[in-house]
Amino acid sequence: MEKEKTKLLKLTKSEYLIFLGAVVLPFIFFDSFYIQGLLIFIMMWVMLGNSWNLLAGYTGQVSFGHAAYFGIGAYAAALPYFHYKISPWWGLLYGGLAAVILGYLLGILVFRLRGPYFALGTLATGEILRLVFGEEEWLTNGHNGILYTTTWVSKYPYYFIALALAILSIISVKIVMKSKAGFYFLSIREDEDAAAALGINTKKYKNISMVISTFWAGTAGAFYMIYMGFIDPEVVFALHNISIITILIGIIGGVGTIWGPAIGAVVMVFVQELFRSAIFGLAPHWVSGLHALIFGLLVIIVILYLPGGIMGDWELLTNKFKFSKRAESSS
Amino acid sequence: MSILKLDNLTKNFGGLMAVDHVSFTVKEGEIFGLIGPNGSGKTTIFNLINHYYPVSEGKIYFQGIDITHKKTHEIAQLGIGRTFQKVKPLKRLTVEDNVMAGAFARETTFAGARAVAQDVLKFCHLDDVKNMKAGSLPIGGRKRLEIAKALATRPKLILLDETAAGLNPGELDEAIDIIKKIRDELGITVLIVEHIMKVIMTLSDKIHAIAHGATIAEGTPAEVAKNPLVIESYLGSDYNVENYLNA
Repeated sequence: MEKEKTKLLKLTKSEYLIFLGAVVLPFIFFDSFYIQGLLIFIMMWVMLGNSWNLLAGYTGQVSFGHAAYFGIGAYAAALPYFHYKISPWWGLLYGGLAAVILGYLLGILVFRLRGPYFALGTLATGEILRLVFGEEEWLTNGHNGILYTTTWVSKYPYYFIALALAILSIISVKIVMKSKAGFYFLSIREDEDAAAALGINTKKYKNISMVISTFWAGTAGAFYMIYMGFIDPEVVFALHNISIITILIGIIGGVGTIWGPAIGAVVMVFVQELFRSAIFGLAPHWVSGLHALIFGLLVIIVILYLPGGIMGDWELLTNKFKFSKRAESSS
Repeated sequence: MSILKLDNLTKNFGGLMAVDHVSFTVKEGEIFGLIGPNGSGKTTIFNLINHYYPVSEGKIYFQGIDITHKKTHEIAQLGIGRTFQKVKPLKRLTVEDNVMAGAFARETTFAGARAVAQDVLKFCHLDDVKNMKAGSLPIGGRKRLEIAKALATRPKLILLDETAAGLNPGELDEAIDIIKKIRDELGITVLIVEHIMKVIMTLSDKIHAIAHGATIAEGTPAEVAKNPLVIESYLGSDYNVENYLNA
């Protein structure tokens, strides 16, 4: 018991260190708007990654349509501004809420499906919303998108808001996963029929997971609107650039781990930027077109060699580096 | 007093009559055996009782309450635990966590659930492997884990679906011992499906035999074993029940 306690304490210590490091980070890159911008995106992706990870990684409901909730959060922030000049900042409050309502309603439909059919169902919902928001110009201004002059030029406030939200998303997942509900999420992931036979109301707990998950996706969407100052349906409901990247973050970081999405977000933003900028302009221009290919390769490598993702196979990973050391000490 | 009553229970999958107007009553404190050849509808009856499939016709009563249209988790919470013939361990969770997932049906705190799990694990001889991942248990352990998960929900009635199949002789005796203790020590009524005659004939107070989804006999093990219909459709003419009844 004593041992367990100290171990927990140690864990939180390293987590505090990471949080502290994240606070200091933008000041280290004080002269680069570019890198600060990337850091903000990393925080936004941490939110989305956590959102997806709770539903897919812990509850086993693999969503291919998280862009739906991200997008609805973004539009929840943007539409009141577009129609009534209400500040998009309020979106941080009701962006998540709008996504929760949408998630709950869609849940009634898609939770009837299982496995690959659930994945296809969620994929379809994301695409349907993208098309609807593109066509219904009276409501959304269609493909012209919605423009808003951002509040600050400085990146610092955005970074710290994003950081706070990202940390809250991590903490919320941590707390939930230490509760009875978290226990039930895992049971449902492992075997839905067995879980029901154990008296678990699978529908209810899948909905709870969905609600928390969509809240963070919607909040991330609202933040995106506030920070970028422009959205259109092709951007925020994008299958490749939102839904799929979210999944990749989860898989690369480690499905069903607390810190997986955070690590995955760092890796993905880095890799994405590396290729978008054609290795910072050093490589010929066509290299920037390769990023989708590289993501694919990355997923193949991770699934082959680190099936649990970076966090899930952390020990495997560190053991590989430690191997030479251990050989020395044993001889 | 009857704890479970099936009243003309019927299930058809399209044109196939899987269960054909089966009625029987399980009394409280009984070990009630359900036998029949492969594909005769035994597991389907279990799946109807805990509403894994919707019932086509007929009624199911548990302690006088009509549970025909209740949902699977509601039935578990009312007090019917079940095991699956094709075991369903929560693979990536530890054995203890598997049992705790069941214990949460009645407990709200982790400490409470862990305490219940502890008792059940000891009862099912699983306490020395409780930190193992359920997916890495050998088959004997998985079968006992099925029982443990069901027991952790603190049922009044437990449905055991071939929990002794595929066990070696040593494990078989252990399983028989556990099933006996479920009724004798925990006071839980047992409805058991089993092909291994050693288990069913020695344990059951009463046996209900079905073939092609329909009832062919009901009675004590000795009566059922001598029934010509049961011998013809299931046991075979060279079967000698005395081997087990006297053992």
